[in-house]
Amino acid sequence: MNHRVPQLIAGRVMLVLFMAATAIPFLSLFTTALAPQNTTPHGISWPSHPHWHNFVDAFHAADLMPLLGSSLLIVLGVVPVALALAAAAGYGLAVLGFPGARIVFGLLLVGLTVPTESLITPLYYQLESMGLLNTRWALVLPLMGLFMPFSVVWMRTFYLSLPKELTEAASVDGAGPWTVFRRVHLPLARPALSSLAILLFLWTWNQFLLAIALIDDPAKRTVAGALGAFQGHYGTNVVLLSAGSLLIMLPAVLVFVIFQRHFVTALLQGAVKG
Amino acid sequence: MTLLSDRTALSGRRDPASPRPGPRLRARRWAGLLFVLPALVPYTVFVLRPLVVSAQYSLYDWNGIGAARFVGVDNYRRVLTSSEQLTPILHAFELILFFTVIPVCLGLVTAALLHGLPNGPLATTARVVLFIPQVIPLVAAALAWSWVYSSDGVLNQFLRTIGLGSWSRAWLGDFTWAFTAVGLVGSWVSLGLCTLLLITGINKIDPTLYDAARIDGAGPVQEFMAVTLPGLRREIGVCVTVTVIAALASFDIVYVTTQGGPGTQTLVPGLQIFQLAFTQREVGLASATAIVLMVLVLLVVTPLQRISRGAE
Repeated sequence: MNHRVPQLIAGRVMLVLFMAATAIPFLSLFTTALAPQNTTPHGISWPSHPHWHNFVDAFHAADLMPLLGSSLLIVLGVVPVALALAAAAGYGLAVLGFPGARIVFGLLLVGLTVPTESLITPLYYQLESMGLLNTRWALVLPLMGLFMPFSVVWMRTFYLSLPKELTEAASVDGAGPWTVFRRVHLPLARPALSSLAILLFLWTWNQFLLAIALIDDPAKRTVAGALGAFQGHYGTNVVLLSAGSLLIMLPAVLVFVIFQRHFVTALLQGAVKG
Repeated sequence: MTLLSDRTALSGRRDPASPRPGPRLRARRWAGLLFVLPALVPYTVFVLRPLVVSAQYSLYDWNGIGAARFVGVDNYRRVLTSSEQLTPILHAFELILFFTVIPVCLGLVTAALLHGLPNGPLATTARVVLFIPQVIPLVAAALAWSWVYSSDGVLNQFLRTIGLGSWSRAWLGDFTWAFTAVGLVGSWVSLGLCTLLLITGINKIDPTLYDAARIDGAGPVQEFMAVTLPGLRREIGVCVTVTVIAALASFDIVYVTTQGGPGTQTLVPGLQIFQLAFTQREVGLASATAIVLMVLVLLVVTPLQRISRGAE
């Protein structure tokens, strides 16, 4: 095994380098955020008198409280419903099946690769005619549709991994499909559903294109969408912009660090199954 | 269990030879559809319908307000022949180098060197740090990078420190370098995901394959080509698929860092669709670009998935 030692060291060095590269933009934001306002600090340099108050100012300037509330409303509007729809549809496709199920599945597979940009123009006019433009529904409803292909395929894959005897045993006892779904499959699907919930939360929270195209009022957008507007307003005040960006990243990063293991599993699985 | 499966056979419910299905069974056959329908409603209304409408818009000349004029395939002709429309599509493919090739290669080298993530503080830290770019909004990442690249940013600070101050410039405003600068933000986003996926994947390769390679006298490079690369085929396929879609359909990073500039040096189809539809009010042309982009993604991704699935 001796010849492996230099290799391992080289590998570790690369990992550390990658981590440094990942961290540098954030470090630079952080030291900038602590500089006196309306100055232009240079690169990464620790200010002699860190202005922690900048974060408070940015919090007010970005109207962060209502924004967080708005993002939360949107997440609550999308994620639970999307989970319920996907749990049922995955079951219908994987366990029950029906004539034409293959066609439905194929239609969903097409949706997996459709870029959001390809839908944005017609979505704008469609929501306008529905009178939903500039409301949070303009984000909630399209996101629900956009998440369906991935979510249903994800749940279908999960049910297919379960042993077939489960369903057969239950349905012989005279239980209908709904009862089997509620009593057998749904309880077993909890890990798959919680991973999916994490992914959908992230994709909703970080949604940018739909937010800036369909909602004019930044206060009704997701946090990420509002960050775009914040950049427009405070583009010249680099210090405040940096502090605001950090604050806006904070909730997602906090949730990530707390549920770290869940996130990593979900993201790795999400990539594999997507 | 045996008893239950016996009863299944007796009831004849799953017996294909039973002559005529009862009405209850026929209802059962369609129960699956009832479970799927609720999910199909938002998907049809907010994905399939807009796709069809997009295809329809793409045949018209329309400013979004007045009357639309049918122009047939004229918009497509413009998208596929005028250099103004082709440049962004070319950029999208060039971004694959940054979003896909660089991160996958770096990730592969790291995975091959480490042979799986060792347990310990380094592994835990790596998992958290390398995943941060996947967790934060791309907009925030792009804002952070705009600051890194600015004339007072870290990059120039670094260049001045090592005596290359003459190289310093506002990178995102530079005609020669803006595209590379934007692309490297994409590399930064993909790097962590690819590295971790590949390191996790290499753990699953049968260790006896490596022993066998070593006994045959294979050096590190031969071992990499003969064992690691084929063993990671699936993971590589996943990394490539995910990042190629991100490259072709990029929007957030470009919108925040350069808005496509300077000139059209960093313009990509996603941003172009947005500008055509909402700034220039050329809804027909925007829709034609949208359809072309969707078809391109499908054309590139479908064979990729076939290749990575072929391994199973």
